[in-house]
Amino acid sequence: MKKILILSTALTGFAFAANADITVMSWGGAYGEAQTEAFVKPFVAATGKATIMVDSDNPAPAIKAMVEAGNVTVDVASVEYADGIRLCDEGMLEPIDVASLPAAPDGTPAADDFLPGAVTECAVSTDIWANVYGYDTTKFADAAPATAADFFDQAKFPGKRGLHKSAKAVLEFALIGDGVPVADVYAVLSTPEGVDRAFAKLDSIKADVVWWEAGSQAPQLLADGEVVMTTAYNGRLFAAAMNEGKPFQIVWDGQVYENEMFVVPKGAPNKADAMEFIAFATSTEGLRASAQQISYGPARKSSMAEEIIYKDGKTVMAPHLPTAPANLTNALLSSAEFWVDHDAELNERFQAWLSQ
Amino acid sequence: MIPATPELLKTADGRPLREALVAAQARSKRKAFLLVFPLLVFVLLTFLIPIGYMLKRSFEHDGLSKSSPTLTAWFQANPEFDHMNPPEGAFAALVTDLAQMQADKNTGMAGTRINYTVPGSISLFKKGAREAGDMQPPFKEAMLKLDPAWGDPALWYGMESAASKWTTDFYLVAADRKLTATGWERGDDKQRIYLYLFFKTFLVSGIITLICMLLAFPVAHLLAVLPMSKSSLLMILVLLPFWTSLLVRTTAWMALLQEQGIVNDALVALGVISNEGRLSMMYNMTGTIVAMTHVLLPFMILPLYSVMRVIPPSYARAARSLGATSWTTFRRIYLPQTLPGIAAGSLLVFILAVGYYITPALVGGAEGQLISNLISFHMSKSNWSLAAALAAMLLAAILLLYWIYDRLVGIDRLKLG
Repeated sequence: MKKILILSTALTGFAFAANADITVMSWGGAYGEAQTEAFVKPFVAATGKATIMVDSDNPAPAIKAMVEAGNVTVDVASVEYADGIRLCDEGMLEPIDVASLPAAPDGTPAADDFLPGAVTECAVSTDIWANVYGYDTTKFADAAPATAADFFDQAKFPGKRGLHKSAKAVLEFALIGDGVPVADVYAVLSTPEGVDRAFAKLDSIKADVVWWEAGSQAPQLLADGEVVMTTAYNGRLFAAAMNEGKPFQIVWDGQVYENEMFVVPKGAPNKADAMEFIAFATSTEGLRASAQQISYGPARKSSMAEEIIYKDGKTVMAPHLPTAPANLTNALLSSAEFWVDHDAELNERFQAWLSQ
Repeated sequence: MIPATPELLKTADGRPLREALVAAQARSKRKAFLLVFPLLVFVLLTFLIPIGYMLKRSFEHDGLSKSSPTLTAWFQANPEFDHMNPPEGAFAALVTDLAQMQADKNTGMAGTRINYTVPGSISLFKKGAREAGDMQPPFKEAMLKLDPAWGDPALWYGMESAASKWTTDFYLVAADRKLTATGWERGDDKQRIYLYLFFKTFLVSGIITLICMLLAFPVAHLLAVLPMSKSSLLMILVLLPFWTSLLVRTTAWMALLQEQGIVNDALVALGVISNEGRLSMMYNMTGTIVAMTHVLLPFMILPLYSVMRVIPPSYARAARSLGATSWTTFRRIYLPQTLPGIAAGSLLVFILAVGYYITPALVGGAEGQLISNLISFHMSKSNWSLAAALAAMLLAAILLLYWIYDRLVGIDRLKLG
């Protein structure tokens, strides 16, 4: 089997290698587009090294499969924070030396310039994104929802809700909505009673929930009027509001944010080039360029030194980023440690709960 | 007169006829084999090997076993140890292996393997491996001081099982068993999901098959009896959706059935329902059944049509002329002759429905989930062994049904077209 896998992936790999030196795997959609504009095109212009972007629903299982089969065709992959840690622990990623990353323009070394936790043993943050909820402003003329608790308040704000079909971020959001202070969320969620409490909160709206899976479904449900409010990745709501003029408003209270990471799978065909690409993309300028394309925040302090303007040339990005001080008043940093341990268990429980 | 020793029949070149015949047959057999050889290789490569690999995967996981030689040896030497209170020797073996794992950087694989049966083990292993190198005996005390979770009997059951690369753990998980302080036990109700979903998948597939049968029968009959010009038009109408992308058809149903969709809008406009009382026909079981019935309908119509087309109309006419009512004619003459088509169509639709996952994923919401959605979920979460175990159970269930079907109906009565 291994031989066949190697043979077939080798053939595909050959097709890639024939016309590209560096292969970057990301999530596609508006996000993949933003990364192409911000990272890939400038990198090709600066170095002349051919680079292509390939899409995946989730790059983490894809690169894991490649490493296990012993034939890796991807040089750089964009994965969630917890996956970056898990794959690193499983020995599937190349370590990245933080000292090899470029310093800020003022000379601050990368290790101090990046926000805490944004560089791990094998991964570097490309942006900070958030699970937020948004609503359709035309549906709430008098009082608009403003807190996480309002999302669960069917009496005050009747109507269907959209929620991500995944335990991660949803359980935290339910606890915040139930009044748990953000500082205590993971402590509560570590106990069986806390898990029961989160599911009880979700039970209170279960009959009115439409579940979404792909990131693009959430703004679509809202646009179709199928739900009056929905959780979503903040960049998707922002893009729908900015590019298509949808009347969507984001509520930042109770947001759950995390870093998105670039990694190099073990055995990448162009390891040195991959490291160069990551250093280029996660430089002060690279992260700035990314935030000009989509409303996910840069993880370097120096990238935010100057005002970031959206690609339309007039919108100031700062208030739309998960990292804006005003948006962080009641926000939770997603705990990779917690989810590395409890992902399997809680998702199983979540699926069981869903089908009851 | 017959000669006592008949002379052998010979060919023109003098060889015995029998020999020449055998040689000629062997030659044509070889030719025939060469013709099917590419197909054989294709089936082998794309079908049998992957299924075999999947089955192997459901029994095999070397996440812990390949990095824990000392612990594995200890488990083999002490098969009857007390899980509630493992002795010092067990901890010493564990610490040795953990220290080696830290050096080899494969703690994550071991932790992931144990985490499948004992949640929370990944960080436990990471923490343990970081400290193991500096630990001094007694190891038991040191480990328990580091984290009391190391004394958890469930963890020791889990490690004992994972110390061998071959395991039935994933089948136990797939059968809703949980590892507890006393070994494998039935999980509590909040966590039991797989067997229920298997049952639900078969129930829903049965319902869809039945609806397909009821809808397809009159259509196939019409197709078979209409004059050629009209029936070919009808056939195009049947085949058109068949040629359309599955995703397009599913999304079309979403546009039709959702709460702000065409059907609800029409009902509201006609005054049948109020604007507040819009029907929920999407993102639930109704949506799954409607969309899947539509997607699978041609698989019922086509076999039925191929059988009905060749039923001579004279049989029914003969029955009527002998005084049978139209119902009796249908029941005793027409229906029995269509059985091979019904059987083939039902089997096709049922087996396809059992393995469907795109349509339920898109239109099923929470309650419309079937077992294949869970298999795909575990694939995406990189728990391939559990996905493989669930898929193997699904395969076994289908083979069992196929066997029962063969006993009851007979596979030779199947007519696929």
